[in-house]
Amino acid sequence: MSYNVNEKGYYGEFGGAYIPEMLYPNVEELRQNYLKVMAEPSFKKEFNQLLKDYVGRPSPLYFAKRLSETYNTKIYLKREDLNHTGAHKINNTIGQILMAKRLGKNRIIAETGAGQHGVATATVCALMGLECIVYMGEIDIARQAPNVARMKMLGATVVPALSGSRTLKDATNEAIRDWINNPVDTHYIIGSAIGPHPYPDMVTRFQSVISEEIKWQLQEHEGRENPDYVVACIGGGSNAAGTYYHFLHEDDVNIIAVEAAGLGIDSGESAATSVLGKEGIIHGCKTLLMQTKDGQITEPYSISAGLDYPGVGPMHAHLAKTGRAEFMSITDDDAMKAGLKLCQLEGIIPAIESSHALAIFEHKTFKPDDIIVVSLSGRGDKDLDTYINYFKL
Amino acid sequence: MNRIQQKLQENKKLLSIYFTAGYPNLDDTVSIIQDLEKNGVDMIEIGLPFSDPLADGPTIQASSTQALKNCMTTEVLFNQLKDIRKTVQIPLIIMGYFNPMLQYGVEAFCEKCKEIGIDGLIIPDLPVDVYSEQYQSIFEKYGLINVFLITPQTSVERINFIDSISNGFIYMVSSASVTGSQSGFGTEQTDYFKRIAAMNLKNPQIIGFGISDNKTFSQATEYAKGAIIGSAFIKHLNSNGTRSIKSFLQSILIDKK
Repeated sequence: MSYNVNEKGYYGEFGGAYIPEMLYPNVEELRQNYLKVMAEPSFKKEFNQLLKDYVGRPSPLYFAKRLSETYNTKIYLKREDLNHTGAHKINNTIGQILMAKRLGKNRIIAETGAGQHGVATATVCALMGLECIVYMGEIDIARQAPNVARMKMLGATVVPALSGSRTLKDATNEAIRDWINNPVDTHYIIGSAIGPHPYPDMVTRFQSVISEEIKWQLQEHEGRENPDYVVACIGGGSNAAGTYYHFLHEDDVNIIAVEAAGLGIDSGESAATSVLGKEGIIHGCKTLLMQTKDGQITEPYSISAGLDYPGVGPMHAHLAKTGRAEFMSITDDDAMKAGLKLCQLEGIIPAIESSHALAIFEHKTFKPDDIIVVSLSGRGDKDLDTYINYFKL
Repeated sequence: MNRIQQKLQENKKLLSIYFTAGYPNLDDTVSIIQDLEKNGVDMIEIGLPFSDPLADGPTIQASSTQALKNCMTTEVLFNQLKDIRKTVQIPLIIMGYFNPMLQYGVEAFCEKCKEIGIDGLIIPDLPVDVYSEQYQSIFEKYGLINVFLITPQTSVERINFIDSISNGFIYMVSSASVTGSQSGFGTEQTDYFKRIAAMNLKNPQIIGFGISDNKTFSQATEYAKGAIIGSAFIKHLNSNGTRSIKSFLQSILIDKK
């Protein structure tokens, strides 16, 4: 069984490029060039140099001693939270901005939900001196003011998405419309492992540096490359895709994907796509998505703005369908508690997204000698208001 | 012969109108279709509303959002249209995004269209290669014409491919844009219209996106078999209600009288 994309852009039955003809030339140009460009020695050199000097990679693989003692197992944290801009998102935006430059594009667009991908995009645009337009739902703009300010300071134009539910999925629609209207000079930096082929594969490859590093870092720590488990939270699924990538075909590595259950799977306020979703088309790919019986895409909910996307990347849909990955879902309450626990045991304030991955230890028992690598995808500074309100700090 | 193919053989320039089913009110669908036919429209595209219409601009999206709020669904639309062929003769096309059709079941959807007397479909996010590999035989089984879009950026090779698997008309998107974002045509567009006209494709072309009044309709039909008006009609319904359909069409077809 292959868990990688095939030549037609599918992971099993999921993926593909279900796009209006107006987008075809843009997506086709990217499809024909992305692997070639990524294989160029000069591209690799520049990408790796920036990851090292600008992003601060490799990110540490940290043995969380007190957390491990608490759960009587061996837990390593992959510290993506220590990256420049505070999350894994920058790995992808660095890769895509270099791709855009090589394709001769001088205008960059992006969508953002909570603003993390928007900030990571605005950052690399400033770095490269390219025009940057970020689409963000009107509702998200109101509730994520600090990130809006960051993007503006970095020189980006933040355009409110006023249509539909005025959140992430609508920001994505608006970015796609912008690309339709500007087919020649513009590159669209999608922030997750979603969208029409080749985006899920391209984003996964840029994020795969996470699992590439885990392998040699774990070798240093434990004398073996493969952990028993890799664990990551999933919204669209880019940090998860990068965390799993080099372990997908390693049979001795178990994969755990953690979705946001919101107020509970059956509460009507959830983002657990693998449970509540059904096969369909969203933002140009066939995948699992939350929708009505009639095929209208519904609005998910999670306390974590980075996880409330109504779909998952097609690679993850395939991992769910084939059973390669175990999918778990974690409620708001459990995630918040796990976040606070990490603060108190390890002195690390995690992003609420990452707290979902940490919460599985309350629900699943591991053996004392199991080695578990958890992707700590982002830091919690951006979530301070949510933590303050939740814990009445 | 399918009603669309028959209509395309008539020796006239065709006016096609798009409207969103269930807008402004849920039960306006049938009366809008009847009024459009009565007032000289040659072909109608009935929009099946979708929550996330990628290829549409703000006007059509807002009408879709309203139609969904009005509780329009695939099932409701089929029910509204079940007797439509008792009163309406012109070709009817359903235009919608792929996900609602996928959830209904593509074959069941096509079968229902045939039963009602729908003549064709326009599905902007069903790409031509996926269609030809997976769905063409189903569409043909139920005698439905699938209409594909081309844009100024579409390569000659791809236009020829689209022409080869089309059996009605080609929907020529006037410019690189979503619906409702243009006002008037410049030389860039007319050069593109001329370029496509000179290809002598097997299928006639109908131009859409950016047709909003008598002037743009005349400009477009100078180079193509017909033209489609969508956003401008929705805007008109929005400001003037369904009773003013006649005056809207008179303003478009003014020099045909």
